[in-house]
Amino acid sequence: MTTQIVPKLHKRFTGKKVSLTISAWVLGFLFFAPYLQMLLTALKPQEEITAIPPTYFPKEWAFDNFINVWKEIPLGTFIKSSFIISMSATLIVMFIAIPAAYYVARNDFRGRKPFLFLVLVTQMFAPTALVIGIFREIVKLQLVNTYLGLILVYAAFNMAFSIWILTSFFSSIPKEIEEAAWIDGCSRFSTLTRIVLPLSLPGLATAFIFTFIAAWNEFVIALTLTSSPEQEPLTVGLTALIGFYQVQWQYLFAGSLIAIVPVVILFASIEKWLVGGLTAGSVK
Amino acid sequence: MPKTVNRKSRLGALPWIFPALFMIFGFVLWPAFEMIRTSFQEVSTSGITQGWAGLENYRTLLVNPDLPNVLIRTFIWVVGIVFFTILISLPVAQLLNAKYPGRKLVRWAVIIPWAASVVMSSTIWKWILDPYYGVLNKMAMDLKIFTEPVDFLANPKHSFAWLMLVAVFVSIPFTSFVILAGLSTIPDDIVEASTVDGATAWKGYRHIKFPLIKPALLVAMAINLINIFNAFPIIWVITGGGPGYETDTTTTLGYKISFRDQDIGQSASMASINLIIILAFIGIFLKVSKSQERNS
Repeated sequence: MTTQIVPKLHKRFTGKKVSLTISAWVLGFLFFAPYLQMLLTALKPQEEITAIPPTYFPKEWAFDNFINVWKEIPLGTFIKSSFIISMSATLIVMFIAIPAAYYVARNDFRGRKPFLFLVLVTQMFAPTALVIGIFREIVKLQLVNTYLGLILVYAAFNMAFSIWILTSFFSSIPKEIEEAAWIDGCSRFSTLTRIVLPLSLPGLATAFIFTFIAAWNEFVIALTLTSSPEQEPLTVGLTALIGFYQVQWQYLFAGSLIAIVPVVILFASIEKWLVGGLTAGSVK
Repeated sequence: MPKTVNRKSRLGALPWIFPALFMIFGFVLWPAFEMIRTSFQEVSTSGITQGWAGLENYRTLLVNPDLPNVLIRTFIWVVGIVFFTILISLPVAQLLNAKYPGRKLVRWAVIIPWAASVVMSSTIWKWILDPYYGVLNKMAMDLKIFTEPVDFLANPKHSFAWLMLVAVFVSIPFTSFVILAGLSTIPDDIVEASTVDGATAWKGYRHIKFPLIKPALLVAMAINLINIFNAFPIIWVITGGGPGYETDTTTTLGYKISFRDQDIGQSASMASINLIIILAFIGIFLKVSKSQERNS
């Protein structure tokens, strides 16, 4: 009986597989296409961008757009600002979220429920919704046009997600492993650094990269709190290329790609863990 | 639930969670409080508080003739985008989960709009939709769909639809990956068992897979609800909420009132109303999803 069924199943399987593969590739292309258009535009010389009718591919490939953009706008300064702000915010989040999540995962204490509720509430408050309040506060603290202002805001708003995801990761590590380490004379702190953290690497990587990318891509708060090219991150700095009368699309997109490619690579590098990380975050 | 070591006093927890509490109170709850307080104050155009204004800011805002339309549009914006995002993400997640050559590349491609800054994704869409130089017009004309270039963003109704499409485009990747995470927790043998039992693919999906991914789906919906309600760059970059206020949502309207019209007090009242709306959205959502759970 098996011999009868197997070939039949096999045949149906391949026909289905071809259409499945094609639809998946088409899907992938649809999501990739706008960014391909971005690249093609970034490689056109100015005259060709405003040519009518427009071209699909550059007639003349202007690879030097990617060099000239650094002179056209202070791209290096923007990247530096974006990097310092995002990296500092991410490190603050990790230093604060790891101990909090570890304690909450391992201990039942009287304020545990209110604390977790508070974390959930922060998750619901998007910085955009509170932009006026944030602006007023940062003016009062005299942190307008500083890295520190943006760093503190980004750290505060992205902490909830990290605490949430790390709590579920830490909870999933069997306590017996830790207890064995205590018996061997490990302190609470060294159990955390030597045993728990290495075992939670996927969770840590997910939390780290999520926070970094959220800070790297943030726009509204940066638009509101910075006004000088010295402190502006990339997202805001690049919009300077959108003039009232003229947009230098080729530089805008060359700059955008320089910002996008590293984070896409970062993101793709945790793709394997992303699914597991999201499961831990959503199911628990 | 935590594995209880012993019930510790609140003080024992403090060194571990104090920094987190400090950040939450200092930079999330304080601005929220500050914003609500500002909504009852009169603030000069240069940002100096002139004193209490009572409900004056709310009154000025509520008589704004554009507000009713903006509110209706915000509702369409949130409900429409969440609905279509979920509807499309369900089959997309199936495709990301299936086995075929090049799956990794497809997954990476779908990740791009998620990883890329929404401002930059919005800018490329603005360019694609450009009436003179945009590739969409070029393609439509080459395919003889229309003979003359069309300004997709000329009519506010059309441009609002395009804005929603862009929002769905940037929301699908995250949503489908959360659903994918839900799908990957389903053991293969459950699916196989249903096929052996003769269930059709659709029935298997509807009655076996769908209930299992529901928790993940609800999380994705809640997060989308918050994100889309607060989505600012898409509208800001592509239409600027214009012409006039005709493609504004309450979020962009609030921003315009404060940073263009320089009326911080009135804008704070808009933002406070926004806060109430989003809490109401989430409240209704939680209630519906809870009662759904009880029914099933």
